[in-house]
Amino acid sequence: MREMRLLSTSGILGYGFPEESLKAGLARGVDMIGVDGGSSDPGPYYLGSGTPFASPMAIRRDLRLMLRAALAARVPLVIGTCGGAGGEPHLALVAQMVREIAREEGLHFKLALIHAEQDKATIKRHIAEGRVRRLGQLPELDEAMVDRAERIVGMMGPEPYMRALDAGAQVVLGGRSSDPAPFAAVAMRGQMPPAPAWYAGKMLECGATPSIPKGHDCLHVTIDEEGVTCEPTNPARRCTPLSIANHSLHENSSPIHHVEPGGLLDTSECRFEALSDRRVRITGMRWTPAERYTVKLEAAEPVGHRAISICGTRDPLLIGRIDTFLDEVRGAVRTKAADFGVPPEDYSLIIRSYGHDGVMAEREPVHEIRGHELGFLIDVVARTPEQAGAVLAMARTNMLHTDFPGRLCREGNMAFPFSPSDIPVGTVYRFSMQHVTQPDDPCAMFPIEYETV
Amino acid sequence: MTRIRDLAEVCKSKNAGPFDLTIDVVFRDRALFDRVQATGVLGPALFARLYGVEESSVLFTPYPAGCAFKATLPRLVPAGVVGDTDVYGAQQHAPLLDVDIPL
Repeated sequence: MREMRLLSTSGILGYGFPEESLKAGLARGVDMIGVDGGSSDPGPYYLGSGTPFASPMAIRRDLRLMLRAALAARVPLVIGTCGGAGGEPHLALVAQMVREIAREEGLHFKLALIHAEQDKATIKRHIAEGRVRRLGQLPELDEAMVDRAERIVGMMGPEPYMRALDAGAQVVLGGRSSDPAPFAAVAMRGQMPPAPAWYAGKMLECGATPSIPKGHDCLHVTIDEEGVTCEPTNPARRCTPLSIANHSLHENSSPIHHVEPGGLLDTSECRFEALSDRRVRITGMRWTPAERYTVKLEAAEPVGHRAISICGTRDPLLIGRIDTFLDEVRGAVRTKAADFGVPPEDYSLIIRSYGHDGVMAEREPVHEIRGHELGFLIDVVARTPEQAGAVLAMARTNMLHTDFPGRLCREGNMAFPFSPSDIPVGTVYRFSMQHVTQPDDPCAMFPIEYETV
Repeated sequence: MTRIRDLAEVCKSKNAGPFDLTIDVVFRDRALFDRVQATGVLGPALFARLYGVEESSVLFTPYPAGCAFKATLPRLVPAGVVGDTDVYGAQQHAPLLDVDIPL
């Protein structure tokens, strides 16, 4: 029976993996090495600002080992959602690292860069042509939303990767992609049916996450026409039928229906069979092609500038009346900020109380404060960095010095751990699109550039 | 009292995209999963009550193959907006831990 062997090094490029695990994976035989390079999970800042959420130092370390291994084994290296968010600066960062490592290591290959950042004119044209529809709570996409976006990316499927590999690229770096796409692409190009190809991608996109103990490590997957076999390459980990089945829960709204750019992966009839105490075979996955091919759009738009301060109280009298106290602080800041020219509509002031409801906010079911100290995060977002800093400084002072009935701690209410106590955080973004569009074809929105390294 | 914290192997929350929160409760084996399911406690109404959302906005899926129950519901606010407390959504599981499952 024909089969394809795919190796994923970790859940995200730059999260690290043991070098021994990569070697063990290569020793098992591989037709491709890959990794998912990104996620929207760390929030909108990274897409908006064009920066990676994994450190460049860590990304470079992982890349070097993977490049060496793939070129020595003469198999493609395929990386999705480069640089964390898969926009132009993210892709450029990883591409530049690849060129530098290649020069340092004396490696030569054909490199493909698949771009996923979308220009605003194209998205506006898609809106005008009625191709775009909303998926969730956000309103229908309009031109103003496009204009406000700092950066827009489309989420590619496997097709652009297949095209780049067909063109002979040995190293393929993709912008924003459906997480399984790089792996599914290699499998489908190897004539594997879509169902096991996508299922394998679902397992591989998180590295060794489908194994126990969970950790950032390598996963080896063999795909054939009937199913998928998973095995972590680190002997300290094992895949079990339950660890594999439960990976379908991870970051999906449904454990059985997985919507992808060209169709739906249905895992409801999957059967899980332990081939050993650490290898699992999965069969019974199904793939239903979508009537229309859709590409998901992600965007981040700036909403203001943030400054924060951290402090805590150990005073039981203050903790006993904390809600009233914080209301008084907010009231004082409102008055004084207006006095220096920053009206309430120009900023938001949120004082988060750790030890009270700092983690769950309005969803916190426990109302009684049970601890002997409370921690506070003072969070100001304003139109400009100067406004944010000014409002924060006033809030910090009032947290420290606001009087209250029965107060004994008259020199100050709060312990501040740092000087300076006020920290400028930078621009704040929000995810501003949750929409899909219909491209002319699956590759239309994702131009590919080739270069000889 | 047989609480979820004493019965489950896993009780976790995480983003399912920036706008939704997904919560999983996983049991040790199929027999326990079946007994828990038979009590009818884990369902959309429970999640709607614990998380203050409409029952109609809870996507609840029993997943026997994984001995698990999954509920996906809107986040309090989208991930990373001003006022969000948990960008990854990884610490929103606690209200479930003390839910009584009368086995």
